[in-house]
Formats: sequence, C-alpha cells, structure tokens
Amino acid sequence: MSDDLYLDANATEPLRPEARAAVLVALDLRGNPSSVHADGRAARRVLETARSQIANAFGARAQDVVLTAGGTEANAAAIHALAPGRAVLVGATEHPAVLAATPGATPIPVLADGRLDLAALDTLLTCSDLALVCVMAANNETGVLHPLSEIAALCRRHGALLHIDAVQAAGRMALDFAGLGADTMALSGHKLGGPKGAGALLLRPGLTLAPLLAGGGQERGRRGGTEALPAIAGMGAAAAAARPQDAARLGRLRDAIEAGAGLSVAGQGAPRLPNTTSLIFPRMPAETLVIALDLEGVRVSAGSACSSGKVTRSHVLTAMGLGEAAGHAIRVSLPWDAPEDVAPRFLAALARVGARLAPVAGPSTGG
Amino acid sequence: MRILVAMSGGVDSSVVAAMLHEAGHEVVGATLQLYDHGAATAKKGACCAGQDIHDARMVADTIGIPHYVLDREARFREAVIADFADSYARGETPIPCVRCNQSVKFQDLAGLARDLGCEALATGHYARRVEGPDGAELHMAADVARDQSYFLFATTQAQLDQVRFPLGDMPDKTAVRAMAERLGLAVAQKPDSQDICFVPEGRYSDLVAKLRPDAAEPGEIVHADGRVLGTHAGIARYTVGQSRGLGMASRDGQERLFVTGVESTTRRIIVAPRAATTTDEVMAGEVNWLIAPPVGAFACFAKLRARELPQPAIASWDPELGLLRLVPGNPAVAAPGQAMVLYDAEGRLLCGGFIKGRARVDTTRVAA
Repeated sequence: MSDDLYLDANATEPLRPEARAAVLVALDLRGNPSSVHADGRAARRVLETARSQIANAFGARAQDVVLTAGGTEANAAAIHALAPGRAVLVGATEHPAVLAATPGATPIPVLADGRLDLAALDTLLTCSDLALVCVMAANNETGVLHPLSEIAALCRRHGALLHIDAVQAAGRMALDFAGLGADTMALSGHKLGGPKGAGALLLRPGLTLAPLLAGGGQERGRRGGTEALPAIAGMGAAAAAARPQDAARLGRLRDAIEAGAGLSVAGQGAPRLPNTTSLIFPRMPAETLVIALDLEGVRVSAGSACSSGKVTRSHVLTAMGLGEAAGHAIRVSLPWDAPEDVAPRFLAALARVGARLAPVAGPSTGG
Repeated sequence: MRILVAMSGGVDSSVVAAMLHEAGHEVVGATLQLYDHGAATAKKGACCAGQDIHDARMVADTIGIPHYVLDREARFREAVIADFADSYARGETPIPCVRCNQSVKFQDLAGLARDLGCEALATGHYARRVEGPDGAELHMAADVARDQSYFLFATTQAQLDQVRFPLGDMPDKTAVRAMAERLGLAVAQKPDSQDICFVPEGRYSDLVAKLRPDAAEPGEIVHADGRVLGTHAGIARYTVGQSRGLGMASRDGQERLFVTGVESTTRRIIVAPRAATTTDEVMAGEVNWLIAPPVGAFACFAKLRARELPQPAIASWDPELGLLRLVPGNPAVAAPGQAMVLYDAEGRLLCGGFIKGRARVDTTRVAA
C-alpha cells in the first residue's frame, strides 16, 4: 500500500536502487569467486569491487575488510578473536548481537542521556590488566552517539583493544575507521540499504583474525565459506550510495516530528543519529502503540523484537534510568527515502490513535 | 467491524479468526506469550515462544490478517502462576484457567481491543453469548460436552458486553475441525491441548515446589477420626476426592480411603471413606454475578468441577459477607479453590465463585 509510512529504518533500510541493480548483476554470475577459471574471475571481480566500496566508504584498506553474513557475525567474529585472555568491557546499551557474544562481560554504564560514562570506563580500564572494550557507534533504539574519539583515546592510554559496532551508524554519519584508531569495526549490509545477508568486519592494518568458521580458507583464512556474492555486491553498492551528508535532510524531518509530537524524547540532549527518535508516549504502552500505528499504516517499533515478535522492555532505556517510561517509548527511524511530508502524516496517525484513549486527567484541583 | 481475536495457535481460535474474516470483519489477531516455553519444558535452546505462537502466526498469515505477539510473561507469572502455587500452598486445588481469563485475557486483552479501536474481542471459548433484554448473557455452549462457560464465570458484565464467542453454537468439535479444513487452516487436525499450559510436561508439583517450597514439605496423612495412617511428600500433590498417592494410607482395612481435606497450617492430608468426601453444603467467595443477585434462597443448577454437568441445588447469597451458600440436591464433592458456577434450567450462567475450605477434622477428637 502506497499510503503506508515505513519508519523502521533501524530495523532494516529499504533497498537502494543502486544495491538492487548490483544484486541483479551478481545473481547472474555463475562462478565461485574462489575458482581459477574465467567465471571465477568474473565473480571475484564483483566481490573485490564490493570490498573496495566498503573500504572506501568507511576509511579502511580493502585487504582489511572481512566479508561476513551480517552484523551479528561481524561482531561475534571480532569478539571471538579478540576476547580470549582479556577482560571484556561492554557498553550497557549494546545490541544483543554484542551482549550475547560477551557472556560474563563487565557492563560500562551510560549517562542519563545514553552516552557512555567515560569516567566509569577510565576506572574500569584502570582496574583491568588487559581489556577488550566493545561499544556501539550509535544506539539502535535512541540513535545516541557514543564519544568514540574519547573512548579510543582511553583505550589507547590503557593498552586496551577497541571493537566498535557501527551497524546503526554506518551510512548515517561520517565514519573514519582509520582515523578512529579502533581495532575492529562491524558493519551490516541491510542497514546501509543493501539486501539482508551480508556484513563486514574492518580490521586495523596488521591485525590477524582467528576465524569463527575456518572452512575453505576464504577471505584470506579469516572467514570460511563461499561468499554470498549477490548480498555482498548489494552491500558494496549501498555503501557507495549512502552519503552521510544526505542525513541532514532526515535530521530536519526528524526534528519536525519531535517538535510536533510534543513528547519527551529519550537521549534528546545527546548527539544523535539524524534519522532516529525515541518518543515516550505516556498514555499507552509502547507495545500497544506500535500495533495501533501499524493498523493505521505506520511502521515503527518498540524495544527490540525477538524472532517470535515478542517485544520486551528496552534494556537500553532501562540503562538510561528511564524506569517505567522505558515501556512507553517507540522508536521512529526514518529511512533514506523518507518522504518530505513524513512529519505531518506521522503526527496525524498518532493523533488518530490518541483520540481513542480516555482524555488525560487534568491537573488536580484538590486542596 | 474491527475485532480483536485472541489466537492461541489451536484450531478453535484459528477458526474464530478465519470465520470472522470470512464474514467481512476487519480481524486483528493477538497471541499472548504467557511463559517461556523453553524454560517450561527445560529444553535448552527451545524458543521462548513455542510451537503454538508459530502456529497462530502461520494461521493469521494464511487468513491474511495482521497478527501480534504480546509479552504477558510478567503479568501471567504474577496473576496466574503465583496464584496457582499459593493456592496449593493454602491446601486448595487451583483453577488457573479462570485466573487467566479473569486477568490476562478479559482484562488486558479487552483493554488492548479498546486501545486499538476494536469494537469487540473474540475468543475460541465454547460458550454462548446471548443478547438479552438487560444486556449480554452468558450461556453454556451448544456442545455441552465441550462447554467452557465454567471457566468464564468471572467475566464481568462490562467484559461480556465486549466479548464474542463465535464457537458457542457449533454442534461439536468435529464441525469446528471441518470448518478449519474448509478454510484451509493448517491446524485443522492439531490435537487438543491437555495439560495446564504452563506445565507442559504435566509435573505441576515440581513447579509448585519451586515457587512455594512449603507446599512440598512432608507431613502426615491422618484419618478423619484422628489416627495417623502415613506420611506424604507435600500437600500440593493432593486434592479433595483423590484416592491415589496415599500409599499405606490408601486403605483402612478393606475400606478404600479418599482425601477429604488438605490442611496447610498443619501440613496434614485428611482421609476418610468415600461417603465422607461429599458435603451437603458448599460455600463460595469472590463471587461474580451476571444477574441481579436474588434475595433469599433460589433453585439453580450448580457445577462444582470442570468435568461434570450442572446438578440441581438450592443457593442463597449473603451480600454482607460476600458468600454464596449452596445446598446440593445430592451430596457433592467440592474441592476448595475450584469454581462453583450456577446456571438456570436453560443453561444461562447466573454467577460463580471460588469454593472455600471447611473444617474437616473433628479437632476435639484429634486432640483427645
């Protein structure tokens, strides 16, 4: 339905036309990139083009890009390789892809605005001999950006390794992997506007990676298994097409939504991704509001949904100290192709849903 | 109209969703995630949702309706599972389906239906909702053998006005399955659920012992005349009328013994010959009325357990104490914690409450 309003980009971005075209080309390549013959070379060419596109977009060398099946695998591969023998420190608001890969890790608290508590990180690093720090560039629920340069400087000072989960930030803000000085950085293809099923792990030059899957030694022995060429080609094209400067447009639309809704916003005071807002709607549980908006043709999300579709209370907002309000926050995340009239249309749907609810009780007039 | 259908993933509620959709309504499906299926079955790696939620989603997809999974684990744990364990610890035999209907289903889902702009909430229960002169009435299902009105006694008048039970007029389950086949639902031949849903392996005593260890502590099995006949491994394993699980206390000479009482304070199981299991007076509390409560004694048909037909009885209501007193036409077995539900001769549900315990041991004689 063309009237539908897709505002769940942080779950997955709509496919970019450039990515679609690259996928279609790759689908017709019959060769395996590892084969020595002409068909193999043709496939290899597409694979290496995608690798270069990803490397160029995020400030890495092509040979340091390990292609994976997605962001979860990229995060897991980095942690699997770097964590042994180290104390693992993980941001309290990390994505489950990182949290589930770091059992027993020490959480690094966040401030009330969602940003990593640098003083706490400093203390934790002082208390740890040899550490691995895992933090996200941008939070998937609030869009809040962690102070990556400061975090990287602290890690350097304490001799700790740094892994950045840049899945949500990639394509929506400028990211210079080399300039940041992190050891590894995880990316996801479909969050860039590519197809689902591809991701990448960027490695600091010189860093070797013990593979999760050794397999046939693909990816220079760092990730076995025949590469998912169509998905990877799409990811490369999406990385090349996603221009962070376009995010200014999304920021303007997002700000109009926030201004019109008149609701409090989680992490509003912190630097945030331009496409994301976490609106707190006190009159209805977020779970209900997501359903009510869906029935109005507006696709948003709340918390993080597990594979069964069950919505659980957001650990991100809980870590930010929101308490009960955490159950009332919906995430509106604008896709790269958000229409210009997104704010009035979203606000109209929100008003239709709100009109069904009992009127809000006025201020108490009693003694 | 827009209708919210509570879909369990079973054939009944699936048919409800499909038939309402076929009738032209805008159907919204909702499935409650009530407990962690993986934890309940102790299968490592099992999905928290379990097969039923996947089935519900597939059915909704087949029909072509939106479908949502609602996390009500915390609410269910507190309103149903904790009450279930507490009830056993009090020496009662709980009836968790009533608590679930009372809280998670008809309170929470009805609220959700309103918030979503749905004019009604439909379920796959076998019961009939009849538009009467004074509002909606609750009646037994056409298929009396399948009737579930007993579990719905706590439905309030306001909830009843909002809910629909489209299967209430179905002649039998075969007809429901045939309709599922006709509608192309993959769950048409899915077996009926048997156990208490949150105890899928059927070992409810383990769950009770975990939540209320006091209900799993050993105690004595005592004859109603005061003689100690044996010991038991937790009062939660016993219910009034039961004859199994008594060990050496299962017989008194040639006479078979039955549980006539469960005493939580002393952790004693009281046993007596069959004749003593019945009572000629039953009291119920937490009464929900679906008619204006009659003044004085009135004739009715009473159902004291899920698997029996309503039996003639005389009831009277004490509004001061909030107690419903029943004198069964024939002495009946009444387990505290179970429901006492009253019907009129036409099968209309009048009211219902939870059966209260009564003194079962002549304490003066025991003490002597």
